Amino acid sequence: MRKIIKILGTGCPKCKTTTALVQEVVQEKNIDAEIIKIEDIMKIMEYNVLSTPALVIDEQITIKGRVPSKKEIIALLTE
Amino acid sequence: MFDWIQRIADWFVFDLLQLEKGQHLAEALNFFIYDTTKILLLLFVIIFLMGVINSYFPIDKVRNFLSRNKLYGFEYLMASLFGVVTPFCSCSSVPLFIGFVKGGIPLGVTFAFLITSPLVNEVAIGLFIGLFGLKITAIYVVSGICLGTISGFILQKMNLERFLTPWVKEVLAKAQKEQDRFVVEEQSFQQRLPIIWAEVVTILKGVVPYVIVGIAIGGLMHGYIPEGFFEQYMSKDNLFAVPIATLLAVPMYSNASGILPVVQVLVAKGIPIGTAIAFMMAVVGLSLPEAMLLKKVMTLKLIGIFFGVVGLCIIFSGYLFNLIL
Repeated sequence: MRKIIKILGTGCPKCKTTTALVQEVVQEKNIDAEIIKIEDIMKIMEYNVLSTPALVIDEQITIKGRVPSKKEIIALLTE
Repeated sequence: MFDWIQRIADWFVFDLLQLEKGQHLAEALNFFIYDTTKILLLLFVIIFLMGVINSYFPIDKVRNFLSRNKLYGFEYLMASLFGVVTPFCSCSSVPLFIGFVKGGIPLGVTFAFLITSPLVNEVAIGLFIGLFGLKITAIYVVSGICLGTISGFILQKMNLERFLTPWVKEVLAKAQKEQDRFVVEEQSFQQRLPIIWAEVVTILKGVVPYVIVGIAIGGLMHGYIPEGFFEQYMSKDNLFAVPIATLLAVPMYSNASGILPVVQVLVAKGIPIGTAIAFMMAVVGLSLPEAMLLKKVMTLKLIGIFFGVVGLCIIFSGYLFNLIL
């Protein structure tokens, strides 16, 4: 099933790093996924996160407030 | 406590490099090695400790605590204290602001948090202990907390809700004591450790270059500027010194970790400590990039009032420290 991955962040360096990491993992592991970067603060607040970046996979908030490690992303996406 | 680092620095400069004691270069290099080692070590310890606290007490818990409990006036102090243990990233300031307001937390209390969080952070504390010792660090931390509490209280009394941007007002109108189903993450310390560790490494990587450059510049100045050099220009009696120092500090945000080591040398060479503390608080606490981000939720007028009140409180504490220290 195609995964929908959303990265919430207002455009700070941490959010960019997270996006790049997710893209890397998706490519390397050949995961069928759509990556959406959400920068609009009103949309971000719909997820009720207090700290960015936040990683949302299939509408589930998984990690927030920090840049996840590549290992974590792989684990989250391949489980 | 740090004698052993001094011994390493002495050994390296005087024994290994065979430089002569009393020489400018030798003294500067010795100071540089001693300071860098000591400060990096302290930074590491403090960032790690804060990381542990934060892992068990994340921002969501803070929000829920503040919006759930009636604190009878202590909420400003509590918000300020929470600000100390929460690492602050200016890019999170907007979601944080909205999240607090949405949870029904008063504007002034939110401000108290927003002021203290960047002002008293793990990097600043680590640098302060290393550069100025425990007493000055304690003064800085306590006054940072008071500053957040008092400014938050003043800002609340000014009824600033009307200066929020329209869509935030809407959020405010719909604000409820909303409680998210906050999932308590039951993780063991072993599970948390790699995450905390990764944060420590990221933060250190970000500040270390600035710290080293700052200490290097400080080391050079330390060796070449005569003792008491600044006393003639910036004595305690100079009434303009504190406000000027505060204003000068605002644009220097991005290099806070590099600027503190230089300020330490300036203090050693005769700049009054109150003036220096005001300068450092303004460097760390009033940042232009943060102001730009806040434009999404506040009108320029409100940002001006916010910075103005905090700036005035900083100037006031500068004068106060010059009087009592």
